[in-house]
Amino acid sequence: MTLDAAVLLWGVASLLGTAVLAIALSRTPDSGTRLVYGLTLGISAAALLVLVSRILEDPITPSTAVLPVGLPWIGAHFRLDALSTFFLVVINFGGAMASLYGLGYGSHEPSPHRVLPFFPAFLAGMNLVVLADDAFTFLLSWEFMSLSSWALVIVHHREKDNARAGYIYLVMASFGTLALLLAFGLLSGSGGNYTFEAMRTAGPTPLVATFVLALMLLGAGSKAGLVPLHVWLPLAHPAAPSHVSALMSGVMTKVAVYGFIRVIFDLLGEPTWWSSVIVLFFGGLTAVLGILYALMENDLKRLLAYSTIENIGVIFVSLGLALAFKANAMPSAAALALTAALFHVLNHSFFKSLLFFGAGAVLTATGERDMEKLGGLIHRMPLTSFVFLVGCVAISSLPPFNGFVSEWLAFQAVLQSPDLPQWGLKVMVPAVGGLLALSAALAAACFVKAFGITFLGRPRTSAVEHAHEADRYSLAAMLILAALCLLAGILPGFVIDGLSPVTLSLIGSRMPVQMAQPWLSIVPIAESRSSYNGLLVFVFIAISASAAAYVIHRFASHALRRGPAWGCGFADTVPGSQYTGVSFAQPIRRVFGTFVFRATERVEMPAPGETGPARFNLEIHDVIWETLYLPIGKALDFATDHLNHLQFLTIRRYLTLVFLFLIVLLLVLALWP
Amino acid sequence: MALILELAVQGTQMMLVLLLAPLLTGFVRKVKARLLRRQGPPLVQPYRDLLRLMRKEVVLADNASWLFRVIPYLIFAATWVAAALIPTFATGLKFSWTADLIAIVALLGSARFFLALAAMDVGTSFGGIGASREVMIASLAEPAMLLIVFSLALVAGATQLSTVAAFMGSPQVGLRVSLGMSLIALVIVAIAENARVPVDNPATHLELTMIHEAMVLEYSGRHLAMIDFAAFLKLLLYVSLISCVFVPWGLATAGAGPWTYVLGVIFYICKLAASGVLLALFETAIAKMRVFRVPDFLGAALMLALLGTLLLFVSRSL
Amino acid sequence: MNGLTFDIAHLLAGGLVLVSFMMLYQDRLFALINVFALHAIVLALSVAWQAYIQDAHHLYVTAAIALIFKAIVIPVGLHRIIQRLGIHRDIETAVGIGPTMLAGIGLVTLSMVLMLRVTPDADPLAREDLAFALSIILLGLLVMVTRRNAVSQVVGFMSLENGLVLAATGAKGMPLVVEISVAFSILIAFIVIGVFLFRIRERFDSVDVGALDDYRGEHR
Repeated sequence: MTLDAAVLLWGVASLLGTAVLAIALSRTPDSGTRLVYGLTLGISAAALLVLVSRILEDPITPSTAVLPVGLPWIGAHFRLDALSTFFLVVINFGGAMASLYGLGYGSHEPSPHRVLPFFPAFLAGMNLVVLADDAFTFLLSWEFMSLSSWALVIVHHREKDNARAGYIYLVMASFGTLALLLAFGLLSGSGGNYTFEAMRTAGPTPLVATFVLALMLLGAGSKAGLVPLHVWLPLAHPAAPSHVSALMSGVMTKVAVYGFIRVIFDLLGEPTWWSSVIVLFFGGLTAVLGILYALMENDLKRLLAYSTIENIGVIFVSLGLALAFKANAMPSAAALALTAALFHVLNHSFFKSLLFFGAGAVLTATGERDMEKLGGLIHRMPLTSFVFLVGCVAISSLPPFNGFVSEWLAFQAVLQSPDLPQWGLKVMVPAVGGLLALSAALAAACFVKAFGITFLGRPRTSAVEHAHEADRYSLAAMLILAALCLLAGILPGFVIDGLSPVTLSLIGSRMPVQMAQPWLSIVPIAESRSSYNGLLVFVFIAISASAAAYVIHRFASHALRRGPAWGCGFADTVPGSQYTGVSFAQPIRRVFGTFVFRATERVEMPAPGETGPARFNLEIHDVIWETLYLPIGKALDFATDHLNHLQFLTIRRYLTLVFLFLIVLLLVLALWP
Repeated sequence: MALILELAVQGTQMMLVLLLAPLLTGFVRKVKARLLRRQGPPLVQPYRDLLRLMRKEVVLADNASWLFRVIPYLIFAATWVAAALIPTFATGLKFSWTADLIAIVALLGSARFFLALAAMDVGTSFGGIGASREVMIASLAEPAMLLIVFSLALVAGATQLSTVAAFMGSPQVGLRVSLGMSLIALVIVAIAENARVPVDNPATHLELTMIHEAMVLEYSGRHLAMIDFAAFLKLLLYVSLISCVFVPWGLATAGAGPWTYVLGVIFYICKLAASGVLLALFETAIAKMRVFRVPDFLGAALMLALLGTLLLFVSRSL
Repeated sequence: MNGLTFDIAHLLAGGLVLVSFMMLYQDRLFALINVFALHAIVLALSVAWQAYIQDAHHLYVTAAIALIFKAIVIPVGLHRIIQRLGIHRDIETAVGIGPTMLAGIGLVTLSMVLMLRVTPDADPLAREDLAFALSIILLGLLVMVTRRNAVSQVVGFMSLENGLVLAATGAKGMPLVVEISVAFSILIAFIVIGVFLFRIRERFDSVDVGALDDYRGEHR
C-alpha cells in the first residue's frame, strides 16, 4: 500500500480538474452545480475509502511521493503517515458531506459561478496542506487554501459587511502565513533544508524552539481562531455560503490544528514544560471567551462561528495537557490528552458541519440569519429541527452524544496533573479544568438559546410562516452527521482505538485497547479509577424513558386538551412578548458581561404623563477589538500618513536611503555573534 | 448466583430511590411546617400529588410541539439513571462503572438542558425567564460541581463513586481542609440545583422570583407528574451523593451477607432523615436571595471548590 | 509526625484562609467584623494547637491574647464605633465580589507555589503554615486595597497581622516577647486609627478615605 500518497495526489488533481471544469460550465449553472458537487462527492468518498482501508490495514508505515514541481532543487515532497491520515479522513469526510449538502443547497445559490470553481479548489488546498512534507509545499498549499476560501467568503460581496469580512480575513491570513514562513525558516536553520525529514532530525536549540512555538501560535492560531487572533473568524465564516461555512468551521480550523500538531509534536522534538503553560493559557482563554461571545450573538451563523472558537480552545487545552505530559515523560497520560484533542477534532467536524447545514436550511427556508426574527420553526421544519437538536446536544457535551466523550477524556487527562513535577503546572491544570467546565456549561446555555429562540416558541415574523422543510440532499447530509454524532458517542472505543496509531507515532504510547473492554466501555487508565459506557447510558435512558412512558400510558389518564398558553393572567397574544435572544442572555450578561464586555444596560422611562415609549439601551464592547486591533489600525494610519513624504523625494535622497540601509545591514552582519 | 445477587442489589437500588424520593420531599416539607408551628401536609402527600396528577387530563398549549411532550420522559429517565448509579446503601453496584461522577453530573446537565428547552417551547415570557435564569445558575453551578469532583478525585485517585466512597470510609483520608471546602461547596451547589431557598423557592408561585416553577408553568397532568417526580429524585440524588461521599459509614460492600444490606438500608434511611432535618432547618433560617445575588453565592461555591483543589497540593506534597 | 496531629493543624490553618475569603465576600460592616472575630477565634485555636503539639506553653498566652483581644474586645469596640458613627448600614462599594475573589484565588496560588518552591527542606508543618500565613497576609492586603471604608481597612490590617502570628507560631521557638509586642502594637494601632476615624468624621463628615484625596486635591 505504498501507493496511497500517489492515489490521494491524483484525487487532489481531479479536484483541481473539477475546478477548471466548473469555470467552463459557468454558462449552465443548473447542470454545472449538480456535476461539480457530484464530482467532489465522488472524489472525497473515494479518498475516504482509500484512507479507511489504510487505517484498517497499516496506518503506521508512511507512504511518500515526490513530484518534480515547485522549487527546482528540492521538488515537492508528499507524505502520508498516521497523523495526516487521520486529518485527511476529517477533511474528506467533511468535504463529502458538504458536497452532498451542496447538491441540494447549491440550487438556491444566486451566483453559482462564483462558488463552483473555488469549492473543489478549497478542498484540494486543504488536502495538499496535510499531505505536504516540505515547508515550501506546505506554505504554498496553505496560501492556496486561504485564498480559495477567501474567494468563497466574498461570494456575496455586495451584502452588508461581507466585503469588510473578506478584507479582514485576507489581512489576518497573510499575517498568519508570514508567521508560519518565519517559523519554518527558523526550523530549517542555516542549512536551508526545507524537507520535514531534515527538520525532524535537526533538533533546534531551546531559544529557536521558543520562537517557533510563538510563531506557530500566531500562524496556526490565527487560522484556527485562538483568542486574541480570532477576530476574522466570526466575520468570515458566516459570510460564505452555508456548506462552505461548515467546511471552514468544521474542517479548515482543523487543518490549522494539524499544522500546530505537526510542527510542535513532530518536528520540534522534545518540548519544554513551560511551553505547555502558554498553550494551556491561550486554550482556556479561548474556550471561555469564545463561548461568551457566542452567547451575546443573535446571528445564528455567527453564533456558530464563535462556538467554533470555543471548541478550538478546548482542543488546544487538550494539546497543552499532552505537551505538559510529554515534556515530563508521562507517555500514557500524554496519549490520553492527545487522544482527547484528536477525538474532539473529529467530533467538532461532525457537529459543527451539522449545525451549519441546519443554519443554511433555515436561511434558505426563511431568508433570515437573525434569530430574533425566527421562532417556531419546529412546526414547519420538523426533520431539520430534530437534527439541529441532535447537533445542539452533542456540542453542549451532554451524554450520550459524542461531544461528551472527548470532554470526559479531557477531564480525565486533567486529573492526571498531580503527578506532574512542576508546581506551576500542578496548580494551573485544575484551574484550566475549571475553565473547561465553565465553557462546557456556558456552551449548553448558548445552545439552549440557539435552539430555543430559532426553533421553539412562536414565529416572530412572517418570514417564518412560509418556511418549508429542507430538500432531500441536505436532509440526507444532516441525518448522516446526526447519526454519527450518536454513534461516536455510544461507541467511542472504536474511535479511540482508531486514533492509537497517531499517538503511537507522536508520543510513543497509546491508550489501553478499548475494544478489549467488556461491554464496550471506555477505560482510560483502570476501571477502578474511571470508566464510561455511552452505550449502556443510552440503553438505560431509552429503557427507563420507555418504561416510564409505558406505565403512564397503561395506568394514567389519556385525556388531552389543547388550550391557549397560560400567561399568569396576562393575555399574551403578541409573539413579540416572548423571550428574545438578547433577553435570554441577560442573566449571563449580568454575571460575566460587565467584566468581559463592559456591558451596560440603561432603561429610559418617560416621565409620568408623557406618552413616549420607554427605551432599553444595551451597550456591549468587543474589548479585544477595541484595545488590540483599533490601536494597531490607528498606528498604521499614522505611519502611512507620515511615511507618505517618502514618495516625493529626490533621486539623491532615495539613493541615500538605500545606501544607509545597506550600511545598517552590513553592520548587523558584522556585529552578529 | 453472584450475578443474580448483584443484579438484585442494583434493581433494589433503582426501586429504592424511586420509592424514597417523594418521601424525602414530603419529610422536608413536614419538618419545615413543624418548625413554623404549622401542622403541615402528611408525609405521603407527594405520592398522593403524583397519583392525582396522573389521573388528571393534560392541557397542552396550542402551539406546543412534539418535543414538549417527549421531554418529561427524557428528564425523568436521565435523572433516574443518574440516581440509580449513586451508591445509596451498598457500594460496588453492578452497573456503577457505566458512568463515573463526571458522567453523572453531565446526565443531570442533559436533564436540565431539555427542561430549559421545554420551557421555551410554548413561547411565553415566563418560560423564557425561567430558562434564562436556570442556565445562568447552571453555568456557575456546573463548573463548581466539576471542581468538587476534581478535588475528590485528586484525594481518592478516582472519579468512580464506589472507589471514592471506599476511600472516604477508610482511615487514611484524615481531616482535610480541602474536603471541608468541597463539602460546603457541594452543599451550595446542591441547594442551587434543587431550587431550594435561598436560590429559589419551591413553594412560591410569584412570577418574578421563580425559576424552576416558571419553567414548568405550562405542564399539567401526567407530564407534570413526571417532572415533579424527577425533581424529587434529584433532591434524593444529591442527598445520597453527599452522604455517600462525606458520610460513607454503613455502606454495604459487594459480596457481604444480606444482613449488611439490611443494615445499609437502615443507615441510609437515617442519613436521609438527618439531612432532611438539616435542610429544613437551613431553609427555615434563611431568606430567599435576590436573583442577582445568586451568582455571588454560587461564585463563592466555585471559589471554594477551586481553593479546595489548590489547598490539596499543600497536603499532598508532604 | 502523627497523621491526625498534622491534619488538625492543617485544618485550622486552612480554615483561617477560608475565613479570610469570607472577609473578602462580606460587603456589610457588621458582618465583616463578625467574620473578623471568627478569624481571631480560629487563629486562637490554631495557636493553641501548635502550643500543644510543640509543647510550648508560652504559646497558650498568645492564643489567649488572640482570643480575648481580637475575638472579643476589638470586635465589640468596632461595633460601638460603627454605631456611634451611624454607618452600620453602609454598603461597601468595593471592586465587586467576583473579581476580588478571583484575585484572592490568584494570591493564594501565588503564595502556595512560592512557599512550596523555596522551602523544600523545611519541616512539613512549618512549611504549609508558612504557605497559609503568606496567603492570609496577602488576602488581608487585598481587603485593604479593595475597600473604601476606613473601618474595613482596619479589619483587613488586623487580619493581616493574624497571618503574621500564624507564621510566627508555625516556626518553632519564637520567643513570646515578640508576639506580645506585635499584639500590643496592633492594639495601639487600633486605638490610633479609632481616634483618627473620629477626626475624619469631624472634619469631612465621612469615613470614606476618598475624602482625604479630595482634601489633598487629588482625584480618584
